[in-house]
This record gives sequence, C-alpha cells and structure tokens, in this order.
Amino acid sequence: MRVLRAAGQVVFVVVLVVIAREMYLNASFALGSAGRELSYTYLDSRAGFGIKEHVLGYSPNQPLFKAFLAGATNAMLVAAIGIVMATVLGVLIGIARLSSNWMVKKIALVYVEVFRNTPLLVQVIFWYVAVILAIPRIESSVSVFGLAFVSNRGAALPGIRSGADFGTWLLFVLAALPVAATVWRWRSRVHERAGEPHYRWLLSLGVVAVLAGAGYVLLGDAFRVELPELSAHGYSGGLQISPEFAAILVALVVYTAAFIGEIVRGSIMAVSKGQKEAAQALGLSPGQQLRLVVLPQAMRVAIPPINNQYLNLWKNTSLAFAVGFPDLINISTTMVNQAGHALETFSLVVGTYLGTSLLISVAMNALNRAVALRGDTA
Amino acid sequence: MHSLAAKKTLALVFALAVVAMACTREEEGGGGGAQGETQAAQADETTLLDEIKQRGTLRCGVNNTVPGFGFDPGTGEIEGFDIDFCRAFAAAVLGDSEAIELVPIDADNRFIALQNGDYDVLVRNTTWTTSRDGAEGVAFMHVNFYDGQALMVRKGDFASIDEMDGTNICVTTGTTTELNLADYFGARDLDFEPIAFEENPQLQRAFISGRCDGWTSDRSQLAGIRSQWPEEEGGPESLIIFDEVISKEPLAPGVLDTEIELHDALDAVVNGLILAEELGVTSANVEETAEDPGEGPVAALLGAPVLDPETGESAPIDSGLGISNDFMIDVISAVGNYGEIFERHVGSESDLELERGINALWTDGGIQYAIPFR
Repeated sequence: MRVLRAAGQVVFVVVLVVIAREMYLNASFALGSAGRELSYTYLDSRAGFGIKEHVLGYSPNQPLFKAFLAGATNAMLVAAIGIVMATVLGVLIGIARLSSNWMVKKIALVYVEVFRNTPLLVQVIFWYVAVILAIPRIESSVSVFGLAFVSNRGAALPGIRSGADFGTWLLFVLAALPVAATVWRWRSRVHERAGEPHYRWLLSLGVVAVLAGAGYVLLGDAFRVELPELSAHGYSGGLQISPEFAAILVALVVYTAAFIGEIVRGSIMAVSKGQKEAAQALGLSPGQQLRLVVLPQAMRVAIPPINNQYLNLWKNTSLAFAVGFPDLINISTTMVNQAGHALETFSLVVGTYLGTSLLISVAMNALNRAVALRGDTA
Repeated sequence: MHSLAAKKTLALVFALAVVAMACTREEEGGGGGAQGETQAAQADETTLLDEIKQRGTLRCGVNNTVPGFGFDPGTGEIEGFDIDFCRAFAAAVLGDSEAIELVPIDADNRFIALQNGDYDVLVRNTTWTTSRDGAEGVAFMHVNFYDGQALMVRKGDFASIDEMDGTNICVTTGTTTELNLADYFGARDLDFEPIAFEENPQLQRAFISGRCDGWTSDRSQLAGIRSQWPEEEGGPESLIIFDEVISKEPLAPGVLDTEIELHDALDAVVNGLILAEELGVTSANVEETAEDPGEGPVAALLGAPVLDPETGESAPIDSGLGISNDFMIDVISAVGNYGEIFERHVGSESDLELERGINALWTDGGIQYAIPFR
C-alpha cells in the first residue's frame, strides 16, 4: 500500500511537470509566432518614470529593475505595518466581542459585520475618496502645535534622522542587550526563589534606555529629531505619510482586523471553561485570567487561521492600484506599458507575491511550533 | 488477492507515467520542427486579412472612456474619432461599415490583448513609439491624429509649467505620459510627485479635492475631460490647459507585426481618407464623383480607370493590397473624408472644439500628408 501511495505521488509530480512544460512551451510558442522571445534583459534599461514613494531610494534614471524593487518594497511596507496593526486591532475586537459590557459587545459586532461583509475594493476607494480626500486642503492644513500637519496631501510628523555617529550609537544599544538579558534572568530567579515582584520588563528596558541615553549624550550626533515644514504645495522634512499609503493601510487593517477578531473570539471560546474557572479560583484578576491563562491557550488555536489572514493582507496590497499608491501592480503595469515584456514582468510579479507569501507562512509555522503543546520533556 | 490488486494498479500507474514521459519526449524531438512547419503553413494559407473576410466582421480594440475619440455617451453605443476609423476599415475590407465588433480595452491591456488575438486592429488613441513598435510587436499605420501631452490646472493656480516646482501631478497609469512627465520636469530641474491612477474617475476625484495641482494627459483627452467638467465644480471655464507641449504623441492605429497584409490594406485606408480631403472628395459628393472621376488622382483614389502615360491605355490601378480597387468609395460614403471625421468628433461640430492645428493638411499649413494612390 505504501508503494502504491508513493507511485501515486510520482505520477502526480510527472503530470504537474508535463503541465508546467506545456504552459512554458505554449507561452514561448505564442511569443515566437509574434516574433518575440522570453528575455529579462529589458530590466537593465532606464526606467524613465517617476515614483513618488520609495523605501530604498529611486530616481527615473535608474534601471527598470529598481522601479520594480521600489514597487515590491512599497507593497511589503504596507503589508508589514498592516499585519502588526491588524493583529493588535483584531485581538482587541475579538476580546470586545466577548465583553460583558453590552455596548462594547454590540459595537464590536457591528464593526465585524460591516467590514467583513463589504468588498475590500469598495472599502479602499471609500477610505480614499470619502474620508482622506475630504480632509482640508493643503492651503488650510491642520497644524498640531506646529509639530505635525495634516491635509489631503498627507500627514507630516516629526521624524528621526540618523546623524554621523549613528553607527557607533547602535553599538551601545547592541552592548546593552546582553546586560539587559542578564538583568532579566537575575530578576526571574529572585522572583521564583523569594517570590518578590520581579519588575523584569521595567528593569531590563531601563538598562537599555540608560545605556542608549549615555551613548546619545557621549556621541553628540547619533540622531536628530526633525520637524516637518509646510511648503506651498506640500511638506518637507520629518516623517511623511501620503494619502494613498494611508488609504490602503487603513482599509487593509480595518478589513483584516474584522476577520482576525472573529478568529480570536472563536479561539478564546475554544479554551475550556474550566481553565478560566481555575484561574478565578486561584484569585487572579479578570485581566490576569485573560493574559496569563486564556490568551496563551487561545493563541495555539488562533495561529493557523491568522496566518491565512496575513497572507490575504499581503495579497490584498495589490488593491492599492485603485488609489494610486505605487505598489507592485501599479509599477508593473507602468513598466509593461513603457517597456513591453508583459509576460516576463507579470511572471516576476507572481514570483514576488508567491515568494513573500511562502516567507510569511514559514515564519507563522515557526511561531506555531514555538507555542504548540510540547511533550513531557517541556 | 489484496497484494495482486495492488500490483496491478501499480503496473497501470507506471504504464501511465511512461506514456506521459514518452509524450513529452516525442514533442521534444519533433516539436520545434512541427511548430515551425505549422507556422509557415499558416503564413502561406490564411492571413488575418483572409480570416476577417471569412468571418465577415472586423474586431477593433477601442477606448470607451475618452469623449471625442471613443466614448459611450449613455446610449450604449461607443462613438468617436477612432470608432469612425474602425468603420472605415470595415467598409474597405468587407464593404460594410457596420460589420464591426468594438472591443473596449483599457490602456494597460491593449497590447497583451492584441498579441493574444482578442481583436484585429488597435484604434485606441495609441501613441506610436519605438518600444511599442519593437518590444510590443505592433505595426503602426499612418498617424491619424498628431497629439501632444499637455497639463491642465485650475484657473489662477499657476501661470505656466515653470511655476510648478514641488507640485503633485496626477497621471493615468499605462500611458506614455508618465515617462514624458519625468523627462520634462527633470530637464527643467523642477521637482514633482507623480500620482498614478488606474482609472480616470478616481483621478478626477483627487484633482477636484485638491490632492493634485495638475492633471497631465494628451491634449485631446484633456480637452474632452474639460468639456464634460461638472458645473458644480466650476464647469469647463474653471480649468485651463497650458499651451506648452510636454511631448509629441502621434496617435496611430496598429496591427500585429506578423500581419503585414492587414497593415498595408488598412494603412491605405488612413492615407486614402486624408487624400480624399486634399482632393475635395466628401461623403456628400463621392457618389457623383465616382460616376465621373476623370483620369487623374481622384480616379486613382476611387479605383476608376486612369490613363497610363507609357502605354496610353486606361485601366484601374491594382495596388495589390488584397482589397477591392474601389474600396475608398465605400469608405468615404460611410464616414466621409479625414476632415469630416475630425470636425464631427473633435473639431468645431463637437464639444471638444479642437483646432485642426498641425492636423491640418500639408496644403493648409499642417503636417497631414498622405502617400499618393498610383
């Protein structure tokens, strides 16, 4: 029977390979009959078009490959920030759904049903057109004590610029880490032996803060806080958030959080009632019950379905094209129109989405293994 | 018994696998040659031009969002300058200007769809550029509209492009305008942020709300958009289009490089329409003229017998284009000459009210100059 199963898998692989080969042959035949061939050398030619936001730096004189990279990193930035924010909001929503407070419970319910049951594309356009573009124009920018500005050209916040000694300063921070870890272990030991409060978070972070602060004072030019300035048509300096970035980020976070909220709610409910009652019997406060007993167990149930939501969030960044955010799709369509090679460009797009999705899955599987129930040895 | 069944299944599975591999290998050996032969055979037997004649309809890839060029005004029928060229092509190839199938296609997908054979002719305000000629494999015909990229702003914001340093400019993705914008601003050391939208409606919302300072596109498109500008947003009067030409945008119909027969036949139609204007043949007088065309260039255009100065005999010119000699009669009866199409959709008789400008005939100070029919 085992041989049979193995053989079945061999056949499956053979069929897959044959199909993949057919697809490749078909594509190159189609290109061949139109007098062209598959080639990626076009990526070295000058891009020529502007991209307003980029993580790694970009100018129109750089090759197309850099433009593609700018699009990919823009999408990844949205996804990375979006995943963190959606998780926090989702956990809060999930807990609120189970709140004993009627009002909180109903608000969370309405939130989930509204955002889970409308198309994401509609939400993206709604956030952009109806909410963000409706913010006052640049001429009447809202100023927050002159430190930050908001208008429908974006938000500008105080930002941090690295100085000449930034690298050296990082060494101070790195040196602080083992010291902090030692403090952590020491406080944990004291706590376990003597039952004194451990304060290990406070003390470890304190060590890092003191060392980093000392480094900053000693070096003089580790980093500076830069305030944004208002110019005629926009902002300069500081940390700037474009309206398009904000629209896609808010839409993805709000939408995905609705799903994560439901997963968290289900996972909490999956924790046996006896666990909570036992925690109560031990005299833990409601917050402690949730934080120390219920959530750690709920997490085991929640991680695999939350992984799906992270993957969805990453793939849904492609909807950014609807609001003019230069994501992977936006840049790729521009590339295709300027330089041709649609098949090659979109094969890269597929590869980027697939590769990043697999990375997210690998990370989530590792997390899943880390929190899984272990055998007796634990 | 159990193990026997398992063995039989196993044998079957292996047999299938072997067959699958054999198939693959067979193709590998003879595949290239066979494919090459098929291709050659196809080239010998049926061209796309023949296929269109057999099919009885011509499929045009068109725009349905640009007023004047290709737009559905709410009647369910797309009309415009480009659509009339599609009609002219159908009249020439099939003798019936209504034998068309309009395939609305967006800027991003037009070339992929053409390569894919989703339609026969691209008549969708498409700029003729070298990379589209080469990498996209498009064979462009005579330019049917010399356009130029322009910039539209709210009246009173800026006096010229040189004042627009550090501004936000809205642009549609998948157009050559993105490229030209960077070059034009770069050459003048002006800083700008491009905001590239997939769809014009979102772009229009962003422009109205003040997200962007300028809107750049082909002058003809901007004129169309401006003509339809909502009154509650100030109407067409609230916008100005700068005279500065950011780039040359020669718009031309095109077919696939491999369909040279179709290209040549349709190219003759574009040239014929321009020549008809030059020779004064209009939709109103074409019937009459065809009855008594004389023996000069008008006769040549309409496929009537012309005098051969060498032999002294009169005979219709067979241009060998694979379509009837008198195709221009059907074309002009259906859509008129170039000037008529222009005025009807984008000129004085339309909302766009574009001047002929460089699209005037070479005899009138423009650059529209058609090849002779002989």
